Amino acid sequence: MSIEYPKIVIASENSSIVYFSERPCDRTSDQISFTANTLKDRLGLDLIDLIPSYHSLLVIYNPQRFGYQKIEQEIRDTIAQWTASNQSRKGRKVELPVYYNPESGPDLQSIADHSDLSIDEVIELHQQTEYTVYAMGFAPGFAYLGEVDERIAMPRLATPRHNVPQGAVAIADRQTAIYPSQSPGGWNLIGLCPISLFNADKQPHSPMQVGDKLRFKSISRDEFMQLGGSEQSLLGEIT
Amino acid sequence: MMGFEVINPGMHCLLQDKGRVGYHSLGITSGGAFDQYSFGWANRLCLNDDNAGCIEILIGGLIIESQVSTQIAITGADIPIKINDSTVENWCTHNIQPGDKISFGYATAGCRSYLAIAGGIQAPLIFNSLSTVVREGLGGLTQLGTPLEKGDILTCSSNSHSTQRSVPAKYHCEFDTDIAEIRIVTGYQYEQFSQQTKQFFATDYVISPNSDRMGYRLEGPAIEMPRCEMLSEGISLGAVQLTADGMPIILLCDRQTIGGYPKLGSVFSLDIARLAQMMPGQKLCFKPLSIDQAQHLLQKSAP
Repeated sequence: MSIEYPKIVIASENSSIVYFSERPCDRTSDQISFTANTLKDRLGLDLIDLIPSYHSLLVIYNPQRFGYQKIEQEIRDTIAQWTASNQSRKGRKVELPVYYNPESGPDLQSIADHSDLSIDEVIELHQQTEYTVYAMGFAPGFAYLGEVDERIAMPRLATPRHNVPQGAVAIADRQTAIYPSQSPGGWNLIGLCPISLFNADKQPHSPMQVGDKLRFKSISRDEFMQLGGSEQSLLGEIT
Repeated sequence: MMGFEVINPGMHCLLQDKGRVGYHSLGITSGGAFDQYSFGWANRLCLNDDNAGCIEILIGGLIIESQVSTQIAITGADIPIKINDSTVENWCTHNIQPGDKISFGYATAGCRSYLAIAGGIQAPLIFNSLSTVVREGLGGLTQLGTPLEKGDILTCSSNSHSTQRSVPAKYHCEFDTDIAEIRIVTGYQYEQFSQQTKQFFATDYVISPNSDRMGYRLEGPAIEMPRCEMLSEGISLGAVQLTADGMPIILLCDRQTIGGYPKLGSVFSLDIARLAQMMPGQKLCFKPLSIDQAQHLLQKSAP
């Protein structure tokens, strides 16, 4: 059964979800960014919110002003304007420093064992890939990045940790992410990022947004501390 | 800062407005008053802006003492209320003098009450809203997502006592006692899960004790789910998701913004206020509502 894209489906009385492709890819990410930005201009205050994700965009609108057929037409007209050459907004390139070390990344050893690589090779593979920010969710500022090299893909922990420190860089299957605040979590921890990933009272609220390209850069323990990394997040906070 | 001092914070009281809008792409949920219907009436009674801050009182136990002269209104659940030693009604305004003590008992029907104060309760806005979302650590009096605590001050201005107003009884909340029928706008993956959707609409459920503003878990016979791999996608208010164990969860005002379980559609917004007044143990069944019917009903209910 083949599905024609874009596919637009009702989600609720005031939202429709647009699927752009079967699997996420750069073209899909670009179409999602373009559609989101263009709809903001076209619908103004009648657009309530947007949730971009891997291969979809949830469009939440004011149902007192638009019926679902009208919204579907707006979405289709918008996507029809997209062309690969006139991309609205190229994702920015963002680089974030990470202190990769068993003291900051307690699961580095198990990933190395699982993949039959050395810890240094795991670190090298993680930082040589350019990742796409596919979605933000789970917690404010939590960005889902993909995809990690399949050699270091690693299933989630059987039992999630109660307490993952702020800034923890982690892997789950072929996804990678940074925990923006201390929280429970089941991803494999490989390092710590000293940069704050979510500020409620400062612009920008997050150093990245959906559609951006991200690279990690390995730093030393000293550099980590100089950039504002905390000794606390290194010592015994992981339970 | 003047206002009302919290003498007893009750079981779980949250400062709420209509919620956060426009920040889902950062992963920030909507929050906001769970029963928007009762919340709206509380503000209307006090002649407030429709987004003014109110206290959402879960079950009860709250005691506050006024430092100002103003007017208040309480709507929502059936709950005993006293001003000093006198028993007073909800769904109407009350004039308040400095030193007056307002005490809430415990809800006898429904479970969420809304307390509005003339001019609204003031707090700094985070992402354009003062809504308290405990899970995100955002909003409320502290801006850190904390519920009311003893000694907190609900900041508000003094207001002259104006005419008393009340809501006609026919507009008060009606509380579901028997099996509540909740309308679902079918959508998302319901076509791929047509067998499961049919079973869902034919089943009576009970709200699990493990339910809160983030989501209501439902208990009932498990629906058999095929193994499925889905990419995480945006979640609308009221979305009904089926987890791998075949149990439905209704995702509500403090929901996560994205998730990867299949969904059959979303609860019709006018029924979300009814869900807000239901306690664990309440029986539910579901009825499909087409998008045409839903949008038609919304047009009719528009102010």
